[in-house]
Amino acid sequence: MQILTKKIHLNVGRNALLICKFARFLDTNFKKKYMSNDIRIKKGLDIKLVGAAALSKTAAIKSNFYTIRPEDFHGITPKLVVKVNQKVKAGEPVFFDKSNEDIKFVSPVSGEIIEITRGEKRRILELKIKADKTLTFIEHKKLNLKSAKSEDIKALLLASGCWPFVKQRPYDVIADPDRSPKSIFVSAHATAPLAADYNFTLKGKESELQAAVTALSKLTDGIVHVGVSKDAHSPFTNLEDITTHRISGPHPSGNVGTLINKIDPINKGETVWTVTPQDLVIIGELLLTGKFNAERTVALVGSQIEEPRYLTTRIGSEVATMIYDRGIQKDAHARIISGNVLTGKEVKPDGHLDYYSNVITVIPEGDDYEFFGWNKPVFNKVSTSRALTFSWLTPNKKYDLNTNTNGEHRAFVITGSYEEVFPLDMYPMQVLKACMYKDLDEMEALGMYEVAPEDFALTEFVCVSKQPHQKIIREGLDLMIKEIG
Amino acid sequence: MGLKSNLHNLKEKYKGTKMAPAFNAIHTFLYLPNETTHNGTHIKAADDLKRTMNTVIMAMVPCLIFGMFNAGYQHHLALGSIEAAEGFLGSTFWTWDNLVIGIWKVLPLVIVSYGVGLLIEFIFAVIKGHEVEEGYLVTGMLVPLIVPVDLPLWMLAVAVAFGVVIGKEVFGGTGMNILNPALTIRAFLFFAYPTWMSGDKVWVHGAVERAGTADAISGETILGSYAQSQDVVYNYADMFFGLIPGSIGETSKLLIIFGALFLIFTKVGSWRIILSTLLGALAMGLIFNGVVDAGLITSSSKFYGLMSVPFWQHLIIGSILFGAVYMATDPVTAAQTNKGKWIYGFLIGFISIMIRVFNPAYPEGVFLAILLMNVFAPTIDHYVVQGNVKKRMKRLKVKTA
Repeated sequence: MQILTKKIHLNVGRNALLICKFARFLDTNFKKKYMSNDIRIKKGLDIKLVGAAALSKTAAIKSNFYTIRPEDFHGITPKLVVKVNQKVKAGEPVFFDKSNEDIKFVSPVSGEIIEITRGEKRRILELKIKADKTLTFIEHKKLNLKSAKSEDIKALLLASGCWPFVKQRPYDVIADPDRSPKSIFVSAHATAPLAADYNFTLKGKESELQAAVTALSKLTDGIVHVGVSKDAHSPFTNLEDITTHRISGPHPSGNVGTLINKIDPINKGETVWTVTPQDLVIIGELLLTGKFNAERTVALVGSQIEEPRYLTTRIGSEVATMIYDRGIQKDAHARIISGNVLTGKEVKPDGHLDYYSNVITVIPEGDDYEFFGWNKPVFNKVSTSRALTFSWLTPNKKYDLNTNTNGEHRAFVITGSYEEVFPLDMYPMQVLKACMYKDLDEMEALGMYEVAPEDFALTEFVCVSKQPHQKIIREGLDLMIKEIG
Repeated sequence: MGLKSNLHNLKEKYKGTKMAPAFNAIHTFLYLPNETTHNGTHIKAADDLKRTMNTVIMAMVPCLIFGMFNAGYQHHLALGSIEAAEGFLGSTFWTWDNLVIGIWKVLPLVIVSYGVGLLIEFIFAVIKGHEVEEGYLVTGMLVPLIVPVDLPLWMLAVAVAFGVVIGKEVFGGTGMNILNPALTIRAFLFFAYPTWMSGDKVWVHGAVERAGTADAISGETILGSYAQSQDVVYNYADMFFGLIPGSIGETSKLLIIFGALFLIFTKVGSWRIILSTLLGALAMGLIFNGVVDAGLITSSSKFYGLMSVPFWQHLIIGSILFGAVYMATDPVTAAQTNKGKWIYGFLIGFISIMIRVFNPAYPEGVFLAILLMNVFAPTIDHYVVQGNVKKRMKRLKVKTA
C-alpha cells in the first residue's frame, strides 16, 4: 500500500511537470501565432498625399556618377583614404570616421574618384565617383552564420562598410561598435506619407533579411524586435531569431522610435540599435555573398511625378536619372526630396540619392502669396484643427500639398495639439523647450535619450507657430553628445 | 495681379530694415506669405497663429454685437423710455435705438483698445526686430468686452498701455507672458479707478452722470444685489439670455455657450479647461449651499446673500462663464499639460466662487481667480511633468535593481 502511494505521488509529480511544460509550450506558441505582440497606436496622423507609387518595379537609368556626402552620416568627421583620380572597387573604403577608425564608409560602385568638393574650413562636402561600365566588387570572406561569433560579425560589418547602416539611440547617430545594445529594433511598417511599402520592396529578399537578422541577433544579449504591418503579409513574418510585433494605427506607428517606446524604452545608460529594412538587405547580401551591393529599391512619388512607381537604383546615384523619366518636366518648379516629405532632405535636380533613403518625393514649391489665406475656409490643405479648415470632413481624401509654410514663425502659443499626434510617453512641448534653453538635466529627465528628430516630424507638421521641431531636437541631441557623451 | 506683385516688391525692398516687421504685419494680413519650408518637414499644416486667433475672435463677435444692443437697452430701460423686453427676442431689445447707443459707446472702446495695444506691439516688434505676433488680436477684442460701458476712453488707453507693456512685453512678448494680458488690463483698471469699475452706477450708460441728480438711475448688477442681500429683480431667463446690466460682453450666457461650442469644435479652445472651471464653480457653490443648509451661516451674516444662491445659478450670474470660455483658455497663461488643465480649471472655478462670496465689496472674483491661477499654472505643470519624469526614473531603478 505504501509503495503504491509513493508511485502515485511520483506519477503526479511527473505529470504536473509535464503539464506545466506543455502549458508553457502552448502559451508561447499561442502568443507567436495569435497574439503576436500587437501594438496599436492611437495618437498620430496619417497625411494622405497624391502620388503614391504603383506596385511595379523597373530599373532606373544607370547613373554615370555617384556621390557620397559625409553630411548624410550625422556626427561623423570624415578622414579620407582616397585621392582624386584614384580607382576604387565597389565596397572599397573611401573615408573613415576620425573618432573611430574602424567605422569605414565605402564606395557604392567601382570607378574613379573624380572630384572631392570641400567647403568652409576644408570640410569635405562630397566625393564624386565616375562609375565603371561593369562593376567589380571587393570580396569579403563569407561567414558561417550558425557558428560565427559576435566579434567576427562585428569585424565583418565594420570592414565591409555596412556598419553605418546600424544606428543607435540615444542620439540617433551611427552606432558605437564598442557598446552592447540591450536590443535591436527594425521597423518594417512604413507609415510616413508616400513611404515605400516594405511588403512590396522586400518581396523575395527573405534569405538576405534572414541572414542579416541572424547576424544582428548575435550582437545583442537582448532581442531583435521587428515591427510589421498588422494588415498585410510581411517578409519578416516567418523569419527566425526575431520577435515580430504587429503594428496598427496612424503615423508615426511605423517610426522605429515609436516601436522602441512601446516595447522596451531606453533608460539612461542604455543603448539600442536600429536598422532599416532596406539596409538589412544590403547587410544580408554581404553576409551571403561577401559583396557590398548598394542596390536599392526606391519609390519615386509625389504629386509632381507623372508616373509614380518603384525603381531599382544604387545608393548615391544622381536623382536626375530617376526624376525626368516619366517624372517631372525639365523646368518644373518643384521640391525634390531625398526621403519622405516629413524627414527627407531637399536635393537639387543635380543632387544625389541620400545614403539611407528609399524614397524620392517631388512636390510643388509653394512660394506664392495667397490672398486672405489666413482666414478663408481651407479645403485643399491638411489640418488637425477645425478652424475653418475642412480636412476633418474628408479623412480619406488625398491632398496635393506644397512647400508653403502656411504662416510665419511664431513663439509657442497653442498647447495640446502636439500631444494628439505624439504617441511617445513624454511631453513634446516641454522637451522642445528644454532643448531650446539647453537645460541638460531637464532634457535627460524628460526623455531625450529615447528620441530622434524624426519622432518630432508630426508635431512640426501640425505646429501652428511653425517652429522647426526636428532641428531643435537635433541640436539638443548634439549638445548632449558634446556635454554628456 | 498688380497688388500682389507690388506688395512683394515693397517687401523685398524693406527686407532687413527696421520697419520690415511693421510692413510685414500688414502685408501678411492681406496675403498668406510666400515662405517655404527648408529642411525639416517639407509640408506644413494649414493653420497658423493668425487663423487660430481669428477663430477666437469669431467666437467673441456675437457677444460684442449683443453687448452693443444690451448697452442701449439697459440705458433706455433705466430711463424708462422702453418697456422690458420679454425674452431673448423681445421686441424692445433688438432695436435700432439700442444699437445706435451701443455703437456709440462700444465701438470707441474697441478702437482704443486695438489702436493703443497694436501700436505698442508694433513699436516693440520694430525695436526688437521680430515679427508682430498675433496675440494682441484676441486681447484687443477681449478688453472692451470685460469693461463697463461708460469707462472713459483715456482710462482704457492708459490701462491697455500698462497691460501690454507690463503684462506682456517685459516678459518677452506673446507666448512668454505669465499673466493674461486682458485680465492684467482689467485688474489695472479695477485697482486704479475702482469707482469706474464697480458699484451700482457704472454698468448702465448714463448712470454715472446722473448720479445725485433727480434723474438718478440705478444699474446694479445681480451680483451686487445678492452681495447686499437685496432682492434680485431679474428672472432666470433674463440672466441666461443676458438682458441684465454688466460688463459689455459677459451678460449673454446663451451666446457665450455658442462661442464655447465653436471654440471646442474647432479645437482652438480647451474643453478640459472650460469644463473643469464650471465643475469647480459648481463644487464650491454646492459647498456653500451645504454650509447654509447646515445652519452655520444665518441670514444675519453678510455672506448669506451669495452663499445661499443655488449652486447652479452661479453659472448664469456674473462673468464666470465668460471667464471660463474666453479667458481661462488662453493657452499661454493656462496650464499646458492636459492633466494640468483639469486642475487649473477646477481651481479657477472653485476660487472664483469663493472670492465672489467672501468679497461683498466687489463680488466678481473670476478675473482675480484666473490671474491667481495664471501664476500657479507653471507650478501645476511642473508637478504633472514630474509625474512623467518619475515614471522614467522608476523604470531605470527597476532595471538596475
